Amino acid sequence: MAATRIFDEMHADGGPVRAHYRTYADWLAGVPPERIREKRAEADLLFRRAGITFAVYGDETGTERLIPFDIVPRIIPSAEWDMLQRGLRQRVTALNAFLHDVYHDQEILRAGRIPAGQILCNTQYRPEMQGIDLPMDVYAHIAGVDLVRAGEGEYYVLEDNLRVPSGVSYMLEDRKAMMRLFPELFARCAVSPVEHYPDLLLETLRSVAPAGVRDPTVVLLTPGAHNSAYFEHAFLAQQMGIELVEGQDLLVDEGEVFMRTTQGPRRVDVIYRRIDDDFLDPLAFRPDSMLGVPGLLTAYREGRVAICNAVGTGIADDKSTYPYVPDMIRFYLGEEPVLANVPTWVLRRDEDLAYALAHLEELVVKEVHGAGGYGMLIGPRASRAEIEAFRARIVADPARYIAQPTLSLSTCPTFVESGLAPRHVDLRPFVLSGRDVVMVPGGLTRVALREGSLVVNSSQGGGTKDTWVLEARDA
Amino acid sequence: MLSRVADHLYWMARYTERAENLARMLDVNCRMTLLRSDEDTVRRRWSSTLETVGQLEPFLAARGAVTQAAAIDWLSFERGNPGSIGQCLGLARENAHAVRGTLTSEAWETLNATWLEFRRFRPDAVTTGAPGDFFEWVKFRSHLARGVIQGTMLADDALEFTWLGTYLERADNTARILDARFLLLADDAARADEAGDYYEWSALLRSVSAFEIYRKVYRDLITPRRVAELLVLREAMPRSLRHCMARVHATLERVANDRSAETLRRAGELHAGLQYGRIDDAIARGLREHLSRFLAGTADLGARIADDFLVSEASA
Repeated sequence: MAATRIFDEMHADGGPVRAHYRTYADWLAGVPPERIREKRAEADLLFRRAGITFAVYGDETGTERLIPFDIVPRIIPSAEWDMLQRGLRQRVTALNAFLHDVYHDQEILRAGRIPAGQILCNTQYRPEMQGIDLPMDVYAHIAGVDLVRAGEGEYYVLEDNLRVPSGVSYMLEDRKAMMRLFPELFARCAVSPVEHYPDLLLETLRSVAPAGVRDPTVVLLTPGAHNSAYFEHAFLAQQMGIELVEGQDLLVDEGEVFMRTTQGPRRVDVIYRRIDDDFLDPLAFRPDSMLGVPGLLTAYREGRVAICNAVGTGIADDKSTYPYVPDMIRFYLGEEPVLANVPTWVLRRDEDLAYALAHLEELVVKEVHGAGGYGMLIGPRASRAEIEAFRARIVADPARYIAQPTLSLSTCPTFVESGLAPRHVDLRPFVLSGRDVVMVPGGLTRVALREGSLVVNSSQGGGTKDTWVLEARDA
Repeated sequence: MLSRVADHLYWMARYTERAENLARMLDVNCRMTLLRSDEDTVRRRWSSTLETVGQLEPFLAARGAVTQAAAIDWLSFERGNPGSIGQCLGLARENAHAVRGTLTSEAWETLNATWLEFRRFRPDAVTTGAPGDFFEWVKFRSHLARGVIQGTMLADDALEFTWLGTYLERADNTARILDARFLLLADDAARADEAGDYYEWSALLRSVSAFEIYRKVYRDLITPRRVAELLVLREAMPRSLRHCMARVHATLERVANDRSAETLRRAGELHAGLQYGRIDDAIARGLREHLSRFLAGTADLGARIADDFLVSEASA
């Protein structure tokens, strides 16, 4: 993990193209630059026409920004994906076991593997869920696990997103665009398909319907058209052929959930919700929520409706819980983790705090409840004054922070103003848990478009790439 | 289907249709001013158009004097005018956006592209240059939207509520266009058979794409009586009140639920009045009176449809 040598996905040190990129590189070398320019413009038009955008909050003219799409794919050889898939399945299985345990007997706390206070006093722990049984004992039905690579075969899990992970629509649209722009490439390279994701998702959602419901009605609950991820909500609902509902469309009557239709109320069995716990039910959580459904939590706790992901999954993907995930895998599955955590100093521990304070200029410090790249210190990029300001915040409340080494994320060649240049990337595969744990090969590759930047979030200038997992015969 | 979704589709269709009819009205006005362009006539004509769409007062408050360029700008681009073509296209697109998952991608992309293209027009270039091209564009985009919807959408309730919005809005708009023209005839009954001003009446017919149809149907001079007959009572005329109400009535029959019986009855009553009515009776009683009652009827239907099927806090 030395910060000096950066792993490039396409080129081995010194320049030669890695084996799994060879077919692509040969093709690229034969394409004249003006055709690339045309194709990039065409891609832009495709995305804008289809309205694949995210809303910019507080913009009166209703501007919607495109998430930049880069036409150079991120390619993963099949053996490497097999390893990732094994690791992801293992990790998500353990996380679900942990959630079930925390909301039932809490054996892992009693065994002293995780400090009980850290879980039970965390705002992400939902006492409302204590003792509630869920179908298949699954909590995180959809997990978006963020992976980064630091070197050959050296993947790390950066975050487990278990609440309402987003981005899968870009994975699907990126593939659609690539196939439309460069059909000849798909004839040459055996790229594993991802287009069946909506089918897997629907099957997963149906499999966790309340007991006794034979043909469950599934709906997708969105905060509405002004939400930045609305495109994805509409896209997934359409792909699965289910209703896209807002809180105002649902009502709870005699303990059951209904949607308001032009033919009167109709029963709802499974809610794939894309709104946070806090907004689900104004009677149970935030009373000022206009997005939720009064009485929903009661119906949920009585097992009359399934909510995906379950209420209370935030306790498992909280940054303060993250350092314990490898231990969960050992505790619940009796296995060694396939995928490593990024080494993490937990600043509530005195010795970790002392180390971190002495090495702030080389560490990344994150707030445990922060998300989306906000509220963090990147030591090597920060000024003296910024470090000192952050130091004061840490000392005031160390338990709010964790620290990690600054990883040198791998890069992938990307088209920028000046031509093809390496840019840092991460990878978010989507893991579905219902009757089975399944995923499509690949995920969403996000790319930091600014030179040297490590921040891939779309809200902060990140773009996306199509992600190719090669079929075994080609890898 | 979800009530909220039905509501968005219904308003998407209404706003698209409203933008088209507004463009039709403005287009005819522009053509007429090419024929007789003394300032006074031009001013009176645009004032009467602003009045028809209920915008004369706000316009005068904001812009002062009535000129052709200012009126076209107000009715086409003004953001402060909730009924301008631009606002209608924006609202149509916004409603489509809210239910884009229900629309086919082609339908959504058509409405989205209309909005994106609209924003590329420069208001000053349109109002002082060739506004006719702009109005043609609005009409064309509306035709395109209707065609794409018909050609790609599943024929289920989503489509029913879309057409319900289209035809209710068109009925209302045709009635208003007629009403504005007959306002200039002091006594309908006495002058109903006068050939009148050929250009005035042919302009009215053109504004609803009925000029060639008139020729084909009557093969005779243009008289106010026949114009009224064509646009009120002819079932085969796709923009006539009767044609629109036949569609509204039939649609309400198909989507009926256990609350909507009275709404269906009123739509049927309105339709029957047109189906079995005679233009002579309407003219004898006063055509404007007749049209006012019709407009009250469509407004009532709109409110009842909202109550029976859609969300009550409709984005009207």
